[in-house]
Amino acid sequence: MAGLAPTFGRGAMTNHWVDIRNADLILVMGGNAAEAHPVGFRWVMEAREHNDARLVVVDPRFNRTAAVADYYAEIRTGTDIAFLGGLISYLIETDQIHHEYVRAYTDASLIVREEFDFEDGLFTGYDAENSEYNKETWQYEYNEEGHALRDDTLQHPRCVFQLMRAHFSRYTPDVVSSVCGTPRDKIQHVWDMVAATVVDDKTMTILYALGWTQHSIGSQIIRTAAMLQLLLGNMGMRGGGINALRGHSNIQGLTDLGLLSDLLPGYMTLPEADEQDYEAYILDRSRPDLLPGEISYWRYYERFHVSLMKAWFADAATEANNWCYDWLPKLSESMYDVIHTFERMSHGEITGYICQGFNPLAAFPHKAKTSAALSRLKYLVVIDPLRTETAEFWKNHGEFNDVNTAEIDTEVFRLPTTSFAEEDGTIVNSSRWLQWFWAAAPPPGEALPDTAILAGIFLRMQQMYRDEGGAFSDALLNLSWPYRYPAEPSANEIAREYNGWALEDVVDEQRNIVCRAGEQVEDFGMLRADGSTASGCWIFAGCWTEEGNQMIRRDNSDPYGVGQTLGWSWSWPANRRILYNRASARPDGTPWAERKAVVWWNGNRWVGNDVPDFPVESAPAVAQGPFIMNQTGRGQFFARNRMVEGPFPEHYEPFETPIANNPMHPNNPLAKNNPGARVFEQDRANFGSFEEFPHAATTYRLTEHFHYWTMHNRLNAIAQPEKFVEIGETLANELGIVKGDRVRVSSKRGHIEAVAVVTKRIRPLQVAGRTVHQIGIPIHWGYLGETKRAHLTNTLTPSVGDANTQTPEFKSFLVRVDKL
Amino acid sequence: MTLKVTRRQFFKLGAVGMATSSMAMMGFAPEPAVASIRHFKLTGAKITRSNCTYCSVGCGVLIYSRGDGAINSIDSIYHVEGDPDHPVSRGSLCPKGAGLLDYIQSESRLKYPQVREPGTDEWKRISWDEALTRIARHMKDDRDANFVDQDAEGNTVNHWTTTGMLAASASTNETAYLTQKIARSLGMVVLDNQARV
Repeated sequence: MAGLAPTFGRGAMTNHWVDIRNADLILVMGGNAAEAHPVGFRWVMEAREHNDARLVVVDPRFNRTAAVADYYAEIRTGTDIAFLGGLISYLIETDQIHHEYVRAYTDASLIVREEFDFEDGLFTGYDAENSEYNKETWQYEYNEEGHALRDDTLQHPRCVFQLMRAHFSRYTPDVVSSVCGTPRDKIQHVWDMVAATVVDDKTMTILYALGWTQHSIGSQIIRTAAMLQLLLGNMGMRGGGINALRGHSNIQGLTDLGLLSDLLPGYMTLPEADEQDYEAYILDRSRPDLLPGEISYWRYYERFHVSLMKAWFADAATEANNWCYDWLPKLSESMYDVIHTFERMSHGEITGYICQGFNPLAAFPHKAKTSAALSRLKYLVVIDPLRTETAEFWKNHGEFNDVNTAEIDTEVFRLPTTSFAEEDGTIVNSSRWLQWFWAAAPPPGEALPDTAILAGIFLRMQQMYRDEGGAFSDALLNLSWPYRYPAEPSANEIAREYNGWALEDVVDEQRNIVCRAGEQVEDFGMLRADGSTASGCWIFAGCWTEEGNQMIRRDNSDPYGVGQTLGWSWSWPANRRILYNRASARPDGTPWAERKAVVWWNGNRWVGNDVPDFPVESAPAVAQGPFIMNQTGRGQFFARNRMVEGPFPEHYEPFETPIANNPMHPNNPLAKNNPGARVFEQDRANFGSFEEFPHAATTYRLTEHFHYWTMHNRLNAIAQPEKFVEIGETLANELGIVKGDRVRVSSKRGHIEAVAVVTKRIRPLQVAGRTVHQIGIPIHWGYLGETKRAHLTNTLTPSVGDANTQTPEFKSFLVRVDKL
Repeated sequence: MTLKVTRRQFFKLGAVGMATSSMAMMGFAPEPAVASIRHFKLTGAKITRSNCTYCSVGCGVLIYSRGDGAINSIDSIYHVEGDPDHPVSRGSLCPKGAGLLDYIQSESRLKYPQVREPGTDEWKRISWDEALTRIARHMKDDRDANFVDQDAEGNTVNHWTTTGMLAASASTNETAYLTQKIARSLGMVVLDNQARV
């Protein structure tokens, strides 16, 4: 999601599942929704059948989504920036952009600093020694009030539009074809289909998933797509948007709640070690407007932060102690992500690790490294409903997990937890809907809900600190614990807490009481920075109000007939279903097109079929921008300093590439791979070369399985019982492999064995003068459960991540295939 | 007297999470149940509304469970199907969702806390109290040994980097929030979830 937030302001799916039916064109790229999100994908078919929509798939494999598509184009894995960058250039040069939208709702007119430049693959400020940029010049030019200079004619040579135009002009159809391996006529066909959605009453939606995120350039691929949608005026519209299809049922919720090393709930961030001053910390995050009068909603950061601290530390958090600012852990590294953590673990720098419903031995890259790292732990705690490979990493499973058990000194605890069917609570689906569910039966044996397990450990630690003293304990001893049964906090209590309540009467500017002490807040607008409110996750404020639990709502009526169902569950923020929906109307407040209308100005206020993602009384004449979280109020083509490797996306090769150099910058080795990526020495030593491992491999899911969980289900095991890999016919013929043969697939890091599926669905590509074959490797199957025993796919994958998110590059790496 | 109730209305009558067995006995049974020769398999079941926790579509599911009705009887789940009222999934489930019952009842479900002692080759069943106390002890010992209150530059950092945690993307928001709250109060920064991978 690191590509969406710097462009639009929030890192989430912008529209929702049912809204896909309103699209005129659906581009599926970097995902395979028919396979991985089959029921959500029905809305794509609905659009085709009832909205005369077309479906286009661009993917390394002719996959199950492609099988029902109107058009399919093959592409080499990891080259999507080139494909989409070329498309951006094509739209600009052939004047197929939405002029009024681009001028009014994007930063195209803003002027960039004179020192900013891009040369042979590198932006200004590169420090090759540390693989990082000094981003000082990646800024607009500002006047004395701190507002960006602009040229609404878009002619200024340093306005964002002209810089973007020049940047992507290098991506000509021939260059794109050579980088991506996609035939020229297919590129042109897809580009023309997309360009047709530039008109007011047509929209394209883009569906992507892990096929875009799991690259060393993943965030920038997503940004390129986001820029494309801005150019076409497809954001905020019905049937438009960028639909980031999350991989797991509650990844959205866990991210919303900040379960990442550097985050706090609601996309607030932990302070860095050198941010010692509370006011400076708040000021840095209370982003001011960069254009006069823009909303720039993060300006209220302190309200959300103080409310969080009140939820956590109650009376202990006071203005005098800066709301316990010193108690918050500060970061000495920008991220303690999983690749970083397993690197440290492999050096013996981690003592203990807790895996809650997570199976890193199977899910993380380079299994041999993961296994060696886990072996160095003093203790490992696995909290899971199922047996997992991770909990048994010390057990010898022959060729599948060949470890020396006696030499592994890790103490391992395995704690049984409830499954979804045995607990109450909510998950946030990809569309940001918080849906409540109920326990249907007690769990097996002695299994407990995660909340009780966490409370059990925490309360015991608290008692030990009371009895024995120890390291800094103010925060843990003062943690607010207002639960009726302390050892078993209930889902209801916790949900009420993350919504938040008033601690004192909350008044508005006219001194009217808007929320009485003790009442649940109705929305985040009621939160205050003076300690009078508590809220555990400001973006969830509104989910449990004085009216009760909004997440249980089950009114599926759709009065406008457009699929919004505002009475079903509750969606963050503020029950808005389509983000940035102010942009569905022209600057004057009338919809761009009746059939695409979401909200409109009725003369007094914004109304419509959705909750306006905009101040309802902000008149069109005031001309505030629709991207209210951004400091410019506009969609950002220019990411400024918000991306690690540059304000514009550029194609770089995967760290394991099947060609000799980056065709965009053949003579600059610094620009071969992502210049901003972090690579650990032992991981670099474990990269293979295309001379030894000639084929490009990519991993993916099947519709019959979910990761390694469904290996334990009889029905799913019957449906897909055995590990296979997909090999194109041409390569199979060269290697003498026929369907059903067993093959060994090896990378520099290890090998797996599987049944060969020989297929016409993967074609050889001509890339930079070389024939590249791609191998498809499903991620499923392991050596536990009901399916036939197999090696874990992540035996093969490289340990290197996206420069912004550190999401591992599971989708592009090198292998060799041998017949067994 | 039997009221004529369609299957869909029947679901609507059954309030969320509420046992419908008594309603069925009173005659609020769906027509097919009454009409069928073989006893309707779902008669007398408690219907619980839930959500599939595999992918991110969030399909609505109905979970059917039944005990023997006696005090202290334990409900067991014996059928799972799509929720026809759900605006996204409209009653359908994919091959994964269709196998949810096998997941709930999988032989690989864990039932008791266990420990694998260092160097050994087996799981040993232990009590919850022993498991949680031993884990808390490990965590406190490590935290006391390695907690950093000030870094080398004299900055107050109050962090703990030698025990880490992975949170679960299929867990509830309530679990996630409690995890976040506890982890940060301990000073934990090595914290991630599947969003990263």
